[in-house]
Amino acid sequence: MKNKETIDWYVSNFKTFENKLNGESKSFLHSLRKDAIAQLSELDFPTKKNEEWKYTNIAPILKHNFVPALNSEAVKVTMEDVEKNIFSGFDCCVMVFANGIYSSELSTVKAEDGVVIDSLRNVLKTKPELVEKYIGQSAKIENGFHALNTAYALDGAVIIIPDGKVVENPVQLLFLSGDDSNNTLSLPRNIIIAGKNSQINVIENYRGYSDNPYFTNTITEVYADENAIVNLHKVQNESDSAYHIEKTEVHQKRNSLFNHYSFSFGGSIVRNDINSTLDDENVETHYYGLYLAHKDQLVDNHTFVDHAKPNCMSNEVYKGILDDNSKGVFNGKIMVRPDAQKTNAFQSNKTVLLSDTARIDTKPQLEIFADDVKCSHGATVGHLDDAAYFYIRSRGIPEELAKSMLIRAFANDVVEVIKIDSLKEQLNHMIFEHLNRVEI
Amino acid sequence: MIKIKDLHANVEGKEILRGINLEVNPGEIHAIMGPNGSGKSTLANVLAGHENYEVTKGEVIFEGKELLDMAPEDRAREGIFLAFQYPIEIPGISNATFLKTAINEVKKYHNQPELTAKEFLALIREKAKVLGMDDSLINRSVNQGFSGGEKKRNEILQLLMLDPKLALLDETDSGLDIDALKIVSQGVNIFKSEKNAVIVVTHYQRLLNYIVPDFVHVLYKGKIIKSGGKELALELEEKGYDWVINGEAVAEKV
Repeated sequence: MKNKETIDWYVSNFKTFENKLNGESKSFLHSLRKDAIAQLSELDFPTKKNEEWKYTNIAPILKHNFVPALNSEAVKVTMEDVEKNIFSGFDCCVMVFANGIYSSELSTVKAEDGVVIDSLRNVLKTKPELVEKYIGQSAKIENGFHALNTAYALDGAVIIIPDGKVVENPVQLLFLSGDDSNNTLSLPRNIIIAGKNSQINVIENYRGYSDNPYFTNTITEVYADENAIVNLHKVQNESDSAYHIEKTEVHQKRNSLFNHYSFSFGGSIVRNDINSTLDDENVETHYYGLYLAHKDQLVDNHTFVDHAKPNCMSNEVYKGILDDNSKGVFNGKIMVRPDAQKTNAFQSNKTVLLSDTARIDTKPQLEIFADDVKCSHGATVGHLDDAAYFYIRSRGIPEELAKSMLIRAFANDVVEVIKIDSLKEQLNHMIFEHLNRVEI
Repeated sequence: MIKIKDLHANVEGKEILRGINLEVNPGEIHAIMGPNGSGKSTLANVLAGHENYEVTKGEVIFEGKELLDMAPEDRAREGIFLAFQYPIEIPGISNATFLKTAINEVKKYHNQPELTAKEFLALIREKAKVLGMDDSLINRSVNQGFSGGEKKRNEILQLLMLDPKLALLDETDSGLDIDALKIVSQGVNIFKSEKNAVIVVTHYQRLLNYIVPDFVHVLYKGKIIKSGGKELALELEEKGYDWVINGEAVAEKV
């Protein structure tokens, strides 16, 4: 019943939002928005009674009346803030979003011929037909958060790579959120459309701009056409008091390859959902995830790989390091549908607990309806490797440094697969920074 | 250098060492031999400070200091080195980072200046060459993807780099072919001087053809039941452990 008040708030605020949109309420997206706000009342926000949200209590998020930002000028993000928060040391296009709204002044975008790297708001004004067929097609509204994102969807990144185009430089999306108001709602709505035989690297970089509570509720849709290669890196390092709910929905066609690298550092309540539909033959999907939490953080990763067609391959490695009173949740589902013969699907989830009070609820789920498949999954929970700890100390290395080495060793198979070297180094640095440990 | 007096130790509540007495002086090589389960590896691990082993009685004086009170890292800094029977893989940490960190921690402990990157590199190249190891190993992760022989060789590289006072070699010969055995032994012989000492723990006499001991001790059921010169190892090879063990059984009855 409590949720009702929250829903009422978002529904009543929608009118005000609509009135401020002016011409923007004429785009096709607006009918999606109106459907979504109607659905919000019916869907409700998930409670712990919902199996998919059993271990994740979102009640603290619903206590706030968050207000979505309408323009990027509302917060005074400076170039200095941008430089402090972006991953540097490699050439890339940078799109900066303040509370989810694109700032062209702070961004440096140089799109190659035929490639679209633009804000959703701008694309809707100038060439809405580019995204009309895609938005909301794979990311269906399944709960209150998806409805909320869609109802107030205003901006985000649009990346469209034409057939045959290999984009050399990564595109980095910096989402800086939070301000003094205590109620900022950031709702990025991103879409990546990779044409046949195209290649792209994207980095989603979520950072906090304020120590006040704010809420990022983001949706990213990825469409990978035949033979496309899409590498999507998602780094979440929101402020300590922030809430972060994410959904990434991937749709892959024949012979395409999708690599997802997910790094979760910040936030007070974090929920990441990634779903892939392998809807054609010879599709390959890799998920690499690292989640770190300390103090009272809660981080929940839900993954879903849907093998719908034969001869596809998916591999998933999720690793977590939990300290203090933090809590982790992992739920990895693999579905192998009756048509999906010759499927290879693997999943592994390993968590290390650094304290006696940290905990993880892990649940691998395999649902197989085809008979000629190779599938496996496994989950382990433990402490840092005792034998290795002794080995390192027996060389004269002190305890704290030995632990740092073990943390690095544990995270290594998720970190080492990143192909952008300086991004890899900066992520390694963030691991130790976040866990307040000596860097090695 | 080291005096072990009446050392008793348990693993998971079971008594493995039942009164070890041993004295090793600078310049000496001691071999500890014995059948499987006699406590050889336990002795090496207890001396290096493994926390799974609980010392219940006895004392160990190393260079005048009570060793058993020290944490493993302090034992290493004081000059104890254990070459592991099963060296551990540490993905993501390069040999260079690992060894440079270790050496400089030891230097810091002794208030000595730390090695610069350049000095370190020169040293590791020199030692790697002695062991016929490729330069590329310097940037590879510690023991990751190494064969059994490469791992053992890497232990000896660490030995040469850290240059301890007392080296404990725990079954360093296991899993080595004859060529690797020769190289590893050569490394140990290069390390050996009048100022340091070596304790070789081994099941077989084979290694002792290359690392020649001054004393051989036979460990059985957690006690040293026979000590002798290098010829004892040959005798054991020829007659088997039963020959000494049966002698011990008789002695116990008397």
